[in-house]
Amino acid sequence: MMNKLIFKLVLTGLALTAITTAYADPEKDREMLTNYFEGRFPGVALAEFANGAYAYDTVGRESWEAIEEFPPYEIAVDDGKEMWGKPFSNGKTYKDCFADGPEIAHKYPHWDKKQAMVMTLPLALNQCREANGEKPLKYKKGSINNIVSYIAFESRGNKTQVLIPEGDAGAMAAYEDGKKFFYTRRGQLNFSCASCHLQNAGNKIRSDILSSALGHTTHFPVYRSKWGTVGTLHRRFTGCNKQVRAKPFKAQGEEYRNLEYFLTYMSNGLELNGPGARK
Amino acid sequence: MNRKRKGLLSLASALLVGVSLFSSAALAAEAGSNSSSNIEEGKKLAFSRPKGNCLACHMIKEGVSPGNIAPPLIVMKTRFPDKQVLKDQIWDASKRNPETSMPLFGRYEILSEDELNKVVDYIYSL
Ligand code: HEC
Ligand code: HEC
Repeated sequence: MMNKLIFKLVLTGLALTAITTAYADPEKDREMLTNYFEGRFPGVALAEFANGAYAYDTVGRESWEAIEEFPPYEIAVDDGKEMWGKPFSNGKTYKDCFADGPEIAHKYPHWDKKQAMVMTLPLALNQCREANGEKPLKYKKGSINNIVSYIAFESRGNKTQVLIPEGDAGAMAAYEDGKKFFYTRRGQLNFSCASCHLQNAGNKIRSDILSSALGHTTHFPVYRSKWGTVGTLHRRFTGCNKQVRAKPFKAQGEEYRNLEYFLTYMSNGLELNGPGARK
Repeated sequence: MNRKRKGLLSLASALLVGVSLFSSAALAAEAGSNSSSNIEEGKKLAFSRPKGNCLACHMIKEGVSPGNIAPPLIVMKTRFPDKQVLKDQIWDASKRNPETSMPLFGRYEILSEDELNKVVDYIYSL
């Protein structure tokens, strides 16, 4: 027991220092993280990490698979399809903003050169609405989840492929900022995202088996039984910040967008499988 | 000069009173520290989610669905012959392991001094 613990401490110590002191080389960061999780969960195929904690929570997996037979996010997908097709009051639709849509989830987040910021799907949808004289949607709860669910569903099977444009200092700074956020301890309980989703991935915190950071973004928005509805990635960030008694940041503010940029980059190559269903 | 000395004297005696008050309070705390009511209260604090929430990570006797992030809290007196070492661990776990995922209950004032002492009494009784 003690030997195992010490071994684990040494391993995670290595991973934590190795990853946090790495050069500003996102590809290296991603490889290191992937290697860390492959070492931590031998026998779990890389693609499985897109399923969150169910990649290794064999008990939870059974009920999850049963739930997926009658997906609780289906209504959201249907309502989102309707939203997608329904004209704004000026007669235009989302399609006028997103010519390739609705299969576009894999294009987000991306670095928006013109606005010099990380562009996420919910933000782009609201910019489209505002350009067409519509009110923006709220970012955590409500109908934004319907349209994002529909887009996620239509985008299934595409691979995560976040790009950091070469030689773009702004994009690299945003990535670095998100990475720093992930490894910074905060809140009275003094946890970083990495404390739970790297250092303790696979361990049980009370009765929850902790998911790995790898694969965190593939399946959003997600239906959570605890919420009784579908919620956005930034809603999840808010919840995880609150758990450690840290003040959450604004959904779609710069901090969470940069965090999403880093976190999604880490899952490059993994298949999109949203919307998801979780406990 | 004379007045100054008088002032110093009264300052010294005030300090003395302060010290003796402090130490008698400490003594009282010490005397009460192993009472079964302290242990009982410490257990409540340790199990309470907004307080210790130790079960999030540790297996503890009688605790329901504990986490497994951390070693089970058993035979504590054997493993921590010095109660102060146990208290230090709960006060600031980062001293022993800078990468710890255990909250710093004393240092970050998650538990008050009094609450923490009760938790230590309880854990020490396991
Ligand atoms: C104190 C522990 C803790 C910390 C710190 C924490 N989380 Fe979580 N997180 C959880 C738990 C518990 C869950 C639910 C079980 C699971 O899927 O891991 C969760 C779930 C998630 C999920 C959903 C996973 C899925 O498969 O749907 C994401 C994404 C996430 N956390 C991101 C973060 C980020 C980003 C941070 C830092 C800002 C963070 N978490 C900090 C405990 C934590
Ligand atoms: C979120 C996780 C977490 C919580 C909550 C937590 N601990 Fe810990 N604890 C740990 C970890 C991890 C260790 C292993 C040593 C280390 O990394 O600091 C540990 C070690 C200990 C040890 C030393 C055990 C040994 O065998 O060396 C004691 C004693 C202890 N904890 C008591 C407590 C008490 C009492 C509480 C509640 C008031 C508590 N812990 C809450 C994570 C936690």
